Amino acid sequence: MLRLEAVDAGYGPVRVLRSVSFDVAAGEVHCLLGRNGAGKTTALRAIMGLLPLASGRIRFGGAEIGRLPPHRVPRLGIGYVPQGRRLFAELTVAQNLEIGRMARGAPARAVAAALDLFPRLADRLGQRAGTLSGGEQQMLAMARALCLEPRLLLLDEPTEGLQPSMIRAIRDAVAELKARGVGVLLVEQRIDAVLALADRATFLENGRCLGTLTAAELQAAPDLLRQRLGV
Amino acid sequence: MRAAGLHLGLVGLLLAAHFVLPAYHHGVLARVMVLAAYATGYNLLFGYTGLLSLGHAMFFAAGMYGAGLGVRFLALDPGLALLAGVAAGALLGLAVGLLALRTAGVAFMIVTLMFAQATHLGILLAGRWTRGDEGFVLQGPERVVLGLDLGDAAIRYLAAWALFSAVLLLVLRLVSLPAGRVLVAIRENEERARLLGYDTRAHKLRAVVLSAAIAAAAGAAYALLFGYVGATFASVQYSILPLLWVLLGGAGTVIGPFLGTLLMFYLIDTASGLTPAYMLVAGLALVLLTLFAPQGLAGEVRRRLAPWLP
Repeated sequence: MLRLEAVDAGYGPVRVLRSVSFDVAAGEVHCLLGRNGAGKTTALRAIMGLLPLASGRIRFGGAEIGRLPPHRVPRLGIGYVPQGRRLFAELTVAQNLEIGRMARGAPARAVAAALDLFPRLADRLGQRAGTLSGGEQQMLAMARALCLEPRLLLLDEPTEGLQPSMIRAIRDAVAELKARGVGVLLVEQRIDAVLALADRATFLENGRCLGTLTAAELQAAPDLLRQRLGV
Repeated sequence: MRAAGLHLGLVGLLLAAHFVLPAYHHGVLARVMVLAAYATGYNLLFGYTGLLSLGHAMFFAAGMYGAGLGVRFLALDPGLALLAGVAAGALLGLAVGLLALRTAGVAFMIVTLMFAQATHLGILLAGRWTRGDEGFVLQGPERVVLGLDLGDAAIRYLAAWALFSAVLLLVLRLVSLPAGRVLVAIRENEERARLLGYDTRAHKLRAVVLSAAIAAAAGAAYALLFGYVGATFASVQYSILPLLWVLLGGAGTVIGPFLGTLLMFYLIDTASGLTPAYMLVAGLALVLLTLFAPQGLAGEVRRRLAPWLP
């Protein structure tokens, strides 16, 4: 569904990604792993069109998307939940969800489907997003991206700084998305989360791709995982 | 529902004021309503979209000169002159928006300020038609529409009321629509809005054009109702004033610009009757209000009492 082919990208003259290649299949949870500064977030930003590609190609559903303006990428069916959530704090929960739904003209049932995954939000529809707890904000950020009815969801460290009950809720939601056939590209630092969710994982180091392992290979080599994540 | 009731209540109150206010305050309120329409248009861009323009006087002046020159040289009747003024402001807004929106933040402020200065200088340089700094007066017969003399105090008040009411209710409707929420989303986090699939530049351009058109409508109405077209209204002072009115009343609230304009008008009016250093008094009051009500009057009401206030 998503394929990066020898992608070089960075910030101005600073090249962060060097010949990065991997792919994500429909209904697959694919983890992007690496230490801080390895280029994981940069890879997500490049996919979303926020960084110009110096070379290489990014294809989604067979179409080249690597040089599209950022607002065109989500309309193709790619949702993105960046680190730090970045909600519209002054808008209510319902308005945040509606903004997400309208962007791609998704039907009203998209909001209901997103709330099914995070029923806790249904009780807070009239509350301003900025007043939610950290876990609820993360849920809202994911729910808002799901209102696009994406075929692929990019999640950048969604469980960072959350309490265990919230982490469980987020993980359950990712598992449910997979069951619904939505592909997930997940940047995650927690080994337990990776082992529990990932179908495959690609390792990045200093902006280069070190390789991709399957879930079975990951389960068989937890030490390698620790070493590569630096935990 | 509560929001609609409140704003319709204000519209009704202003209409009722026409019948009870003494002549002086009647005249002041007519002027305040026209300028509050200008501030409401400014607030659409600054308060809702998060774009701080320091050049909105160019749009007010575009409306004023579009209408005034139309009456003077093309013998347009005031109705058509108003439309000509709005069209002039909207076209200028489109041109300025296309260029200025290539920048953001401080650069946007500077670019809009430069365009406004260029417009001001252009008015002064075109003195053959605009009469430069001196400006020109629209004579009584030039301000008659459908047999109604816009110079008549009652007609002038009702015309100002109609303009302000239309602008207030238009903006109230707009901010309650999805398109209005997208503007707020852009103000809150433009990159996030873009990553949800919104062409934020196109939305911002529409906001600039609409804001400019409203400012121009106010400028055109000012010329037609008060009978004077002058370059002062294109100066930087008239770009700063709507910012102050909006900050005072509450940026990002529909009713705030009216409250700010009204308060500032009477503050300066009262202070000037007490001391020649009246701007010092006005400045002190502004400092106090900024310290104790940093979100402006309506913003504080929304924060403390009425979170539903749009």
